[in-house]
This record gives sequence, C-alpha cells and structure tokens, in this order.
Amino acid sequence: MEFVLSLLVGAYFIAAVYLMLSRYVVRLLLGVALLGNGVNLLIFTAGRLTHEVPPVIPYGEQVPQTVTANPLPQALVLTAIVIAFSIFAYLLVLAMRAYQELGTDDTDHMRVAEPVDTPRPPTGY
Amino acid sequence: MNTLILRTFAPFLTTLMMLFSVFVLLRGHNEPGGGFIGGLIAASALAIYGISNGVPAVRRAMWAHPAHLAGSGLFLSGLSGLPPLFYDLPFMTGLWTTIIVLGVEVKLSNIVFFDIGVYLVVLATIGGIALTLEERED
Amino acid sequence: MADETSSSSSSGSSYVDVSVAYVDAPIEVIDYLVVFPVIGPLIMGALCLMLRRSQHLQPGLAGITLAAVFAGNVALAARVMADGPVFMAMSRWHPPFGISFNADALGVFLALSASLVALVCTIYSARSVDSDGRRYGFYPFLLFLTAGVSGAFLTGDIFNLYVWFEVLLISSFGLIILGNAHAQLDGAVKYAFLNLIATTLFLIAVGYTYGLFGTLNMADLTIQIAQTPDAPIGTISFLFVFAFAMKAAAFPLNFWLPASYHTPNIVSSALFAALLTKVGVYALIRVGGMLFAGSFVTFETVLVWVAASTAVLGAVGALGSSDIRKLLGFLVLSGIGAMFVGIAVSTPVGIAGAVLYAVHSIVVMAALYLAAGVIGRMTGSFQLHDVAGLYRASPLFAALFLILVFAVSGLPPFSGFWPKVLLVRATLEAGEGWLTFAYLLSSFIAMIAIGRVWLFAFWRDARKGGSSSGAVMALDEGERRAYISPILLLVIVVVGLGLVANPALELAGQTAVGIIDPTAYITAVSPVLP
Repeated sequence: MEFVLSLLVGAYFIAAVYLMLSRYVVRLLLGVALLGNGVNLLIFTAGRLTHEVPPVIPYGEQVPQTVTANPLPQALVLTAIVIAFSIFAYLLVLAMRAYQELGTDDTDHMRVAEPVDTPRPPTGY
Repeated sequence: MNTLILRTFAPFLTTLMMLFSVFVLLRGHNEPGGGFIGGLIAASALAIYGISNGVPAVRRAMWAHPAHLAGSGLFLSGLSGLPPLFYDLPFMTGLWTTIIVLGVEVKLSNIVFFDIGVYLVVLATIGGIALTLEERED
Repeated sequence: MADETSSSSSSGSSYVDVSVAYVDAPIEVIDYLVVFPVIGPLIMGALCLMLRRSQHLQPGLAGITLAAVFAGNVALAARVMADGPVFMAMSRWHPPFGISFNADALGVFLALSASLVALVCTIYSARSVDSDGRRYGFYPFLLFLTAGVSGAFLTGDIFNLYVWFEVLLISSFGLIILGNAHAQLDGAVKYAFLNLIATTLFLIAVGYTYGLFGTLNMADLTIQIAQTPDAPIGTISFLFVFAFAMKAAAFPLNFWLPASYHTPNIVSSALFAALLTKVGVYALIRVGGMLFAGSFVTFETVLVWVAASTAVLGAVGALGSSDIRKLLGFLVLSGIGAMFVGIAVSTPVGIAGAVLYAVHSIVVMAALYLAAGVIGRMTGSFQLHDVAGLYRASPLFAALFLILVFAVSGLPPFSGFWPKVLLVRATLEAGEGWLTFAYLLSSFIAMIAIGRVWLFAFWRDARKGGSSSGAVMALDEGERRAYISPILLLVIVVVGLGLVANPALELAGQTAVGIIDPTAYITAVSPVLP
C-alpha cells in the first residue's frame, strides 16, 4: 500500500513541478497547492500505514485497547495543512491584488519592482 | 448566489453551524474535535451567511473586526501556556481543576483556554480571508 | 457535559504509570528564558493586534517587549556560556515525542543579535512608520517576525523549525505588502512564491527524515544518523541544502532577493536583510554541520562553488546598481556568499567565521538599510544619480555611514574584520587558495560599490551633483533623535565588535565547537532521551 501511495506522491510532485514551471501566477498557485498536498501525503506515508483506528483512548481506560494509527504523522500533517492552507489563502489574495493592480498575471511582465530601463550607476561626478 | 431558498435557509444554517462549532470545540477535550476544526466550521458558517446575505451583514453580525478576534484568540492561547510557570512545570503543561457550576462538576484546564484561543484565531483569520475574497467579487 | 469530558487520569479504575512519557525534573522559573524570546513577542504581538485602534500605544509596547526580550537573551546567553545548552520540553512530553527547545551557543548568539536589531528597528519605526502602516499591523507583524526568528534559532525539533520558518514567512508577507504600492505587490509575488517553495522543499526533506529515522528531535536525530552510517541520506541532505540555500539566497537560487527587498518600507527592508537570510544560514549550519555532518561532506565541492559565485556575483550586482536599496540587497547576497565560504570549509575556524560573519551582517545590514532610509528622507531619492551633499548637511551622519562602509567591507578596526580574518584563515588552512582569492575579490568589489555610495551621497557637493529633486533637507531635532540615534546604537555595536573582539570571537569559537562536536547539545537532552 505504501508503494501505491509513494507513486501517488510522485504524481503529485510531477504535476506540481509542471505547473510551477509556468509563468502565470494562477498556475503557480495551483502548482504550489498541489505540492503542499503531495508533501502532506508524503509525511502521512512516511509514518507507515497502520490500522485505521483513531488513536483515542476510550473513556475510563488508561491505554488504547487495540493497535491504533500512529498519531505523530497525523499531527505533523495537520500542522502542515493548517500552514499550507493559510499561506495559500494569502497567496490567493495577493495574486488577485497583483492582477487587479498590475493588470497582468504573467510574471514576465511584472517589471514594476525591476524596471527594464533601469539607468546605469553614474561613473563620475 | 442570491436564490430564495438559500436566503431563507442561510440564517438557520449559520446558527446551526455556529452551535455545532462550539460543540466540536468543547468535545475536543477528550474526543475527536477541537479548536481548529471548530473554528473552521464557524468560519464556513460566516462564509455561507456572507454568500447569501452579503458581506456587510456578516461584518455587522461579527461585532468585532477579525483582527481583534484573532488577536484576542492568540493572546488567550499564549497566556494559557503560562500558568505552569507557577508550578515548576514546563511551558504549556496541562493543569486541571474541578469547579462546581450549578451543582454540576466541570473539569477545567488551561488546555480549554488554549483551544478557545485557537478557535478564535481560526474563525477570525479564515473568516476574514473568506469575507475579503467574497467582497472582491461584488 | 461534565461527565462526558471528565479526564480519566484522575478517575480511571486501572492505573497505568504514565511517568515514562513525561519529563519529571522540575523546571525553574529561570528556565523560561529559553521560551521567553518566542512567547513574549507572540503574546504582545497579539495584544498589539487587539489594540488596533490605539495606535499610539503600539510602538511603546513593542519597544518594551523587545527590550525585555533582548535583556532575556543576554541572561540566557550568560547561562548557556556558563552551564552549556539550556533545554525545556514543552508540556513535559519526552523529547522524541514532544517538542523541545534547546538553546545552545549558536542559537543564543544569533537570537541575541536578532533581538537587538529588532529593538533598534522598533525605535526607528516610531517615527518612520505612518499611521497607515500601523493600522495594517506593522507592530504585530514585527513582533511575530521576532518570535518566528527566535523560535527558529532556539528550537530543538526540526519540524518545529519548519513551523517557525512559516511563522516568520507569514509575518514577512504581512510586512512586505504594507502600504500596497505597485512595486510592493510585484516584489511580494516573487518573494512569496519562491520562499514558499523553499519551505515546502524543507518540509519534504523533513518528511523523508521522519520516514527514515522515526524521530524529529535534533539531538535524537544526531545520535540516530551517526549510528546508522549506511542510511540513504544523500537525497535528504541535498534537499535540505537546496531548501536552505534558497532561503539564504545563495547564488543560483538568489533572484527573489534583489527583486523584492527594496520594495517595502525601509524598516521592513532592514529587518528582512538582517534576519531572514540568516535564518537560512543558521538552519544550514545546524542541519548540515551537525545533523547530517557525515553526508554533508559530499556537497563540499558544490558548496565551495556556490559560496564563491554568491560572494562575487553579489558584489558585482552591487557595483551595477544605481538604487541604493537594491545595491544593499546585493551586498546582503555577497555577505551570504562569505558565510557559505565558512560553511563549505566546515572546519571549526570556518564555522566560527561564518557565525561571526552572520552576527556582523545582522547588525551592519540593518544599520545600512536604516541609513539608506535617512538618505532617502533627506534627499527624497534613492538613486545614486540624485543624492548629493549630505556631508554638508550632517557631518555626524556622514561619519556614521563611513564607519558602516568600512565595516561592511571588512576593514579594521570594525566588526567585519574579524570574521574576515577567520574565513581567510579557514580557507587557507583547507588548502582552497582560490576560494580565499574569490572571497577577498568579492569584498574588494563590495567596498568599491558601497564606498561609491558614500562618495556620491555624502562627499559630492550638492551644487555640483545632479540632484534633480532639489536641495538637501536637513533633519529637525526630533527627526535626528528618532533616525540617527538607532543608527548610532548599531554603529557603537559595530565598533565594539571590532575593538573588543575577544568575547565575540570566543563565543563564535564555542558555537563552532558545539556544532562540530554536538555532545553538549545531546547531553542537555539525553537525561530524558530513552
């Protein structure tokens, strides 16, 4: 099962890299989102797949009654999802603002910060 | 998204989701649930209300700017880690106490306040971003 | 409700000893110093966020908080110097399971410098950040940024390191678009995407590490990696190097830095230049030099090339810029190259040189950006073509800037000199003579580039110079106090680090020893490691 998931992670990364090679901000965004999901799946797989029993100790007990899933990768993935989600939301707003203000979503045409006709530094007084 | 069905239904749905989010938040004490998922549910409730009745209505209903809410949530979460300082325990250690409210035994801990803080942060940030995005559509 | 949620730990029928999962040693109040640089700014940042409407309170609150953090860091550094690394396990969880903070000499030294710069930037910002910037949350973001940077320096858990990377990334996102100018949006797009990709690569490496070793605690990982020499860690360490080099803006991965650092307001630029890239350098030293020291040697050739090309190309870029802020951005790059020289050699002297250079660069680059802000304020322009006549307007400011010019080019008796000595010695001892040459060449070019700024902006007579935007505006008394005194403070540190170099050299030496031989780092944790 780990093997199948590893292949899936690979597919995620391939698609993400392909999208991120684009010049357009929207595709970049999709690529970044896919990459984030691929990483989450990677961490999940790296923690090995176990029984699908939530690691919750039943009421009145001290230890889990059966073999449960490894909670640590789940905690890691949850953290990563939260972070990836908030950053994705920020990037979405940023991309939208950039498109509205700069009038383009082609990064090759975003030259406001680095204008094409920057003057050369002076060589003397 | 201005259909009659949605507009009629949205207030009920929002109320129900808000209630459910608080339930999930408190349930997260010892069972699956917690502040983050509760906050997400609450933020979705706000988003649905925003879609049906417009963003200004939501902003009025929230009674506080999202930044205030997120700030107070983070403040609460940060402070909730400090009480162990007085018991020679490391940062964020869970401390428990029992109080009697109206004859019912309630177990309280600083973890609850941490979770409530997380709830507020998630509700405010995700809700705020959702509202910003919805506003730009108009 | 109460019965359903009641904890089983007190009312359960069958008692199980859970103490093995917990750290039992009592924690003294003084131990909270190790988390204070993180939780202090975090809580006060939240408070500033709540006080959105009382903007006049925010600078004071931020200043007091950061002053307290700085004082706390001084105390923590003294403690670390005396007793070795300070350790704290969050919520008493045993280290491989829970998150722990572990402050050693390297982390404390950098956290101390970072808090100093954050404090100085706050003083500067009291006057320069307008009410718009405050309303959009300059001070909360500043405090969160400090919390993120301190957390990254002090944490003892590699996943937690990733979390702090993201905290400081998100706060820097907030700072970089503060003001919403077109150039800022443009710079922010490039900055945000490339940094996000870098941290995601870091997370991928963390995921693989967890899959291989089943632990993410740095002390535990160091032991595990040393014990399994045949573990397939080549790819993982390459991913780490790639991600951190991207965060640190090393040569082939550096293009986001000059594209974005000049766009936000000058205090944000100063903070970014001082802190953000150094976190990447720190992570590279920690992970490459300590955790994956064995497989890291494989990349030495790559790193040597990266170091040389970053140093030289950064300096050349500075030479080719006419915007002072952009020029300083390239100087940051050149400095990153110098730090990579030390990391690539990875001898004790090299690491000490890299760490000392990082501290020097934190202070000097912040001071230079703040000074550039004053230049912009007085002449109304950041272009070398326009600025002139500042010496006549303010001789004191001119002298301060000249000291910074000497310091950043590594001339004695200022702070840049000693790391340079260490780096040159390290490269010569390692037999990499051409690396020495490349490094010295880069700092020579950098000196010309930054010296030219002084010649044009200060020494050139305003009547001769092409000041297209009118005469130089002298600062009034209040402005002088608000703008020059923070720079003066940093210049005092720069001179102090140059003249009284022994404590800093000793500290840097200790950090290098702690990295090459992490026994002390591990023993701080090991009483509680299984």
